[in-house]
Amino acid sequence: MKMNGSQMVCEAITREGVKVVFGYPGGAIMNVYDEIYKQDGFKHILNRHEQASVHAADGYARATGEVGVAMVTSGPGFTNAVTGLATAYMDSIPLVVISGQVPLSLIGTDGFQEIDAVGISRPCTKHNYLVRDINDLPRILKEAFYLARSGRPGPVLVDIPKDVTAEFGEFDYPDSVDMPTYKPSCKGNDRQIKKAAEAIINAKKPLIYIGGGTVLSNASELVRELAQMTQIPAVETLMARGVMGAGNPLLLGMLGMHGNYASNMAMSETDLIISLGARFDDRVTGKLSEFARYAQIIHVDIDPANIGKLVDVDYPIVGDIKIVVEKLIEQLQERVNPKNYESWRDVLKRYNTLHPQSFKDSDEVLKPQWVIERIGKLVGKEAIITSDVGQHQMWAAQHYPFDRARQWINSGGLGTMGFGFPAALGAKVGCPEKVVINITGDGSILMNMQELVTAAEYEIPVINVILNNHYLGMVRQWQTFFYDKRYSETDLSYQPNFKALAEACGGIGYDVTTKEEFDRVLLEAIERKKVCFINVAIDRLENVLPMVPAGGALYNMMLEHKD
Amino acid sequence: MENIRRVISVIVMNESSVLARVTALFAGRGYNIDSLTVAPIPQSNFSHITIVTKGDKRIIEQITKQLNKLVPVFKVMEHEEMIEKEMVMVKFSVKERLSDIAALCGAYNGGIVNVGPDIVIAMAADEPKRIEHFLEATQIFNPIEIVRGGVVAIER
Ligand SMILES: Cc1ncc(C[n+]2csc(CCOP(=O)(O)OP(=O)(O)O)c2C)c(N)n1
Ligand SMILES: [Mg+2]
Repeated sequence: MKMNGSQMVCEAITREGVKVVFGYPGGAIMNVYDEIYKQDGFKHILNRHEQASVHAADGYARATGEVGVAMVTSGPGFTNAVTGLATAYMDSIPLVVISGQVPLSLIGTDGFQEIDAVGISRPCTKHNYLVRDINDLPRILKEAFYLARSGRPGPVLVDIPKDVTAEFGEFDYPDSVDMPTYKPSCKGNDRQIKKAAEAIINAKKPLIYIGGGTVLSNASELVRELAQMTQIPAVETLMARGVMGAGNPLLLGMLGMHGNYASNMAMSETDLIISLGARFDDRVTGKLSEFARYAQIIHVDIDPANIGKLVDVDYPIVGDIKIVVEKLIEQLQERVNPKNYESWRDVLKRYNTLHPQSFKDSDEVLKPQWVIERIGKLVGKEAIITSDVGQHQMWAAQHYPFDRARQWINSGGLGTMGFGFPAALGAKVGCPEKVVINITGDGSILMNMQELVTAAEYEIPVINVILNNHYLGMVRQWQTFFYDKRYSETDLSYQPNFKALAEACGGIGYDVTTKEEFDRVLLEAIERKKVCFINVAIDRLENVLPMVPAGGALYNMMLEHKD
Repeated sequence: MENIRRVISVIVMNESSVLARVTALFAGRGYNIDSLTVAPIPQSNFSHITIVTKGDKRIIEQITKQLNKLVPVFKVMEHEEMIEKEMVMVKFSVKERLSDIAALCGAYNGGIVNVGPDIVIAMAADEPKRIEHFLEATQIFNPIEIVRGGVVAIER
């Protein structure tokens, strides 16, 4: 079939089953937008900033497990999208981002709105393409979707010069992809899996260490099964919250810098780490030389480069978590004796009673942890929770009763303030039946607040709960602990009128200062099905605890802070 | 961990930006490049990149794994057992002792390759270590300019 480049883009998106594209037009991508106008294969949502478009596509991908698609113009459109690409890259989220580029003849001339998009995005994409020939376009589009979702997922950029979007060519959309240089291995080496099973059987204090790869691999049911069958306790990283499900007696909680006492002690004392799609990030391990000193390590990861990158591994297994865990379960069936780990479980139980994840509530002022637990009580399983970056994010990760994978969406790797709101839009578009709540801060929310307009226009009822401490709270906390309270540029006492701001953009605004108000307002907000800001005044100086100071050993936790 | 020198051969698809991907990976992750050569492999869509690098064991392992992750990379070979050669060209004044220069080059698989009114150009091709020796030996002839070609290597 003969088509021009723009039709090819639209056709490929449709054939890939994508129902919604987030984007923002401009000169170099106008031909494609002209075709978008004429087609009805997918819906387009006009965000009010390209960064938000990519985050929205990202939120859509995280919530649904499908590839998210964003579209931007050349130059500033593309550079605005870079933070979105980097965010998705660090968390291995499958995205295809299409950017316009100046015509081929102008490339290299510093033409109007020309920027080297493939050059800039090389370190923050799984792969990228500059399309130089219309005949390559169908294959490149196919490859882009395939690369984004296969192996270790990630964002792929396709940069298309304007003349290529106008040129005609044969649209031969391949059914499958054959890339001789790209063959991710998913199955896991059976001999290694056998050895790993043996190690589990012989361990006395094994620990399942669950990372975001488990979510990406849709393996949470199997991981629960593995834990259940073996009765081995588990810890989750920030990216894996929800995999085990709150209330699961085998789940110790989140580990790492703001992990709970039992989780971090378990990691410090275990004799066998069963790492499933986790990557031993510095926010998890603390000081590496002190990390898990008594442990052998089974490391399952689809990306061989993650294995042995930071810690030496005894049982490396390259493969998809789902496939490998299934085989592990097979190997362990009727051979593993859950009783063997009983005294280990008891020790950890004691740690948990000694220092449970807790906080001191107050009658005078709202505590952020109370607000989060309250949201959990009121909407719990029904909600998808997104977040920005800061104290509110950590409190949400610590205190929300996450019940399933993909219920918790946050920027863990890059730590991008401004991610939460647009990601919530994407999640809501992908899962319209779910209540979507962005738990955010008074700093972060301003970094993509223009999305109020998008949400209002498209009637995407996302609830933003602003845990307002009038501070860049997380930075303020570090200044309190490590900089003698020199609060350099973190005081946000000067504030917008959040309620009025939401209303000015066509949403609803609430100010909340008491528990009673919060309950009423949240239920009302859910009822009214409109984008809203719930501005909650919280204790200004509340800290996130426990805390492992950066570079400290995981077992040296600051459990409280005394002034 | 102790730093080791490694020669890494990378077979890549012939694509416009593939070399940029490889070098950007080294720059971005803070790996060393001591030398880098690249040339197409005859009768194929592939090129052969030879990189000499230094790093501890973990870093060398990361380099090969990260290279393997690049989509247009077909194969990465990292061996201790490589036959390595490097070429070098050196410019001298014609006033130097040309027969001695020719004899020196001869000992390193080379010779004088060009003679002009004022200068001569000599070359040598040998193992990288021996090229170092060769260059030391040329010092007494006051070399005007030295161009090294970078290491190429092939598995034994
Ligand atoms: C785009 C971006 N800029 C800066 C930072 C550094 N940073 C991390 S947390 C934080 C404070 C966030 O403040 P707020 O959104 O109010 O959250 P709080 O910690 O107060 O809950 C900052 C500035 C970041 N993560 N992202
Ligand atoms: Mg704040």
